[in-house]
Amino acid sequence: MSQIVIASGLGSGRVVFLAKGSKTGAVAWGGLIEVSEVAADDARAAELLAIAEADAATQNEVVEPYLIDVEDKGGQLRPTKYREVIRCLGPTVREDLGKQAEGTSA
Amino acid sequence: MYRYDEHDHALVQDRVTQFRRQVERRMAGEISEEQFRPLRLMNGLYLQLHAYMLRVAIPYGTLDSRQMRKLAYIARRYDKGYGHFTTRQNIQYNWPKLEETPDILAELAEVEMHAIQTSGNCIRNVTSDQYAGAAKNEIEDPRIWCEIARQWSTLHPEFSFLPRKFKIAITGCDNDRAAVKVHDIGMIMKRDASGEVGFEVIVGGGLGRTPFVGKTIREFLPKEHFLSYLEAVLRVYNQLGRRDNKYKARIKVTLHETGKEEFARLVEEEWMEIKDSTLKLPKEEVDRIAKHFEPPAFRAVPEVAPTTDARAASDAGFASWLRHNIFEHKTQGYSIANISVKPMGEAPGDATAEQMDVMADLADEFSFSELRVTHSQNVVLPHVEREALPALYDKLVEAGLATANLGLLSDIICCPGLDYCALANARSIPIAMKIAERFTPAKQEEIGDLQVKISGCINACGHHHVGHIGILGVDRKGEEHYQVQLGGSATEEAALGKILGRGFSADEVVEVVDKIIATYLDIREDGEEFIETFRRVGQTPFKERVYGTA
Amino acid sequence: MALLERREDGAAEIEDRFTRLGDDDALPGSGGVLVSYSRFSAEREALLSRDGDLGVWLDSNESPTQLADDLDRLAVVACNFPAFNDGRAFSYARLLRERLGFKGEVRAIGEVMLEQITFMVRSGFSTFELKDLKELDEFKRVCDEVRVVYQPTGDGRQTALQRRLGS
Repeated sequence: MSQIVIASGLGSGRVVFLAKGSKTGAVAWGGLIEVSEVAADDARAAELLAIAEADAATQNEVVEPYLIDVEDKGGQLRPTKYREVIRCLGPTVREDLGKQAEGTSA
Repeated sequence: MYRYDEHDHALVQDRVTQFRRQVERRMAGEISEEQFRPLRLMNGLYLQLHAYMLRVAIPYGTLDSRQMRKLAYIARRYDKGYGHFTTRQNIQYNWPKLEETPDILAELAEVEMHAIQTSGNCIRNVTSDQYAGAAKNEIEDPRIWCEIARQWSTLHPEFSFLPRKFKIAITGCDNDRAAVKVHDIGMIMKRDASGEVGFEVIVGGGLGRTPFVGKTIREFLPKEHFLSYLEAVLRVYNQLGRRDNKYKARIKVTLHETGKEEFARLVEEEWMEIKDSTLKLPKEEVDRIAKHFEPPAFRAVPEVAPTTDARAASDAGFASWLRHNIFEHKTQGYSIANISVKPMGEAPGDATAEQMDVMADLADEFSFSELRVTHSQNVVLPHVEREALPALYDKLVEAGLATANLGLLSDIICCPGLDYCALANARSIPIAMKIAERFTPAKQEEIGDLQVKISGCINACGHHHVGHIGILGVDRKGEEHYQVQLGGSATEEAALGKILGRGFSADEVVEVVDKIIATYLDIREDGEEFIETFRRVGQTPFKERVYGTA
Repeated sequence: MALLERREDGAAEIEDRFTRLGDDDALPGSGGVLVSYSRFSAEREALLSRDGDLGVWLDSNESPTQLADDLDRLAVVACNFPAFNDGRAFSYARLLRERLGFKGEVRAIGEVMLEQITFMVRSGFSTFELKDLKELDEFKRVCDEVRVVYQPTGDGRQTALQRRLGS
């Protein structure tokens, strides 16, 4: 199962994703799931999580990073669990708010 | 209502400065997230699914128009234009930024509000009857005692790191609108044989994973001992409550495991040591606080309200609103007006900044600038002249706030659920919306008094245990799934609902509610409310209809 | 590790006069020692008759009421915070001061969080073992951050109510 790292911005509290090309010492976080660095296997996923956790502990930019399972859904990267889908899109009862209103299509 | 004096002001302002510094230290990396988490929680700041969530205390649900306008301003300036009224008479903002939280708290302090102890294992906002000071048959305004408890519990040095959170509710009426029997401590004002006013003290009620109806540990507590007795209960709990398992840490479990008699004995023993200490309240101070809760300057108006009566005779919508949303006031010619924050197609308890402003304006115009937030997530204008009700109604209609559904099926108590909450297992708001949409206003009226309560997880913020129909969202093999229970109640006849049987998918659950209601309509006897029918017949007929078997 | 003592105008770092003994450590001939409650119970006579100050440390499930009869012979009672959120010792400190009349040193040990110091002071603690002390000013600052208190406790601070009645 493919995985990505999701976290919350420390100051904004908004959901962020560990972006493509991130490595220790050069970490980038993006606001939409599309930017995510995708790990194809568990070993790579553990590596990404370690990079993210080290960043969270030292850079005061994000908090609570963790891995989520993702899949390709009609050409779009989407979490497999409904909880994470809601996190990545926004409240299902307020389609005018959250990521779904900022560029990620439901 | 209570107004801060210089000391109350100083405390809240200092608390803002303190939190501002804590936020700065966190942003600068001087303290870790682990160290910061308990500090932000002590100020009601959670990290939720999409963003931070700030819970602001509305002490015992009472606020004035100036405070409501400030809440609207905060929603507009620092959030996304709305707020969510909670079952604990508070308001939550779903999108604040950490860096701006100290500014929000400073704004709140300007109008004598704060977020102190809206989270954490401490004594939370003390809640009360939303009709306090307006209700008939009230022994005394319970908010006097709520305010005394608010001050005593604020930054209490001994009780800020309890085994678990601690909720106190106080009512001054026999009919319980504050759900006192499902609180850690519930107090009911009453008179003893000599006519003296005091409190019945109920301990160990609560919902969540292990629901309990509270038990009376003292039939009558004289008023002067209010604080010493609270302190005794808390001191016993702080030492005895379990620290090894957070699911067994609430006082309801302590009481259950210790036994009511033994627990009461320990409290009495502790109380004997402190009852005549400095916690004994001087009459002067009680009087000072009571003065703030003196009734407003009601006009002498006749009992009859011809304009209102005429309008009711000619306007079915108004008549319906009158029937459901208006309650009897203790003062001749006045009414208590409920504003439903449960309009069709909206999240229960969510109000926009514009609606908050309208409610503030209406409070100024019709209700001595006073408002209340209810435990069922609605808003109240407590003191409206009966003859002014048509004018009020017209303005509410204009603002989309005239839904006539108080106590009806669509007046659903509902937690934020998985649309917002990091702890939730399933969504609750869409279920509430679908149920409300399923039944026309006329049908709801035919059904009558019926409380549906929905929680998106076992923590039971949506009070599903005490709904006539309670719905609990769970995660079953990666799907949202809903359990249904029947027969709960949060009133003076508090009862916990019983699970009907196997659960349902989100699509099925609305059908199930439909079947339950159809069963009730088929078998109810004259004038019988849903809960009365349920108590008469039990689960069987409902089960048969829903599952096709007994 | 630093030991701080609350003073009128803030705090001072002080020398720890007490050696913390494990339950099997040999008892030194002189000098102050701090022992667990279980060791105190087992060796009460020997410990009390020894030359040198004696202190007992209580874990968070050990109430100081068990020490009631011996308090006048103890120089220090330490209360352990096994985690910042285990708040039992706040009650113990109040009981020591306000119920049992203990006048000696009440020491906070274990997970002592800077932001809790003010609650500890108000409950009756007089000394604090801090793992990581940046500066004394920080300690003083957290003690004075909130000028108003509502609850009467044994620390004698004037409450809001007392100020109201006085004014």
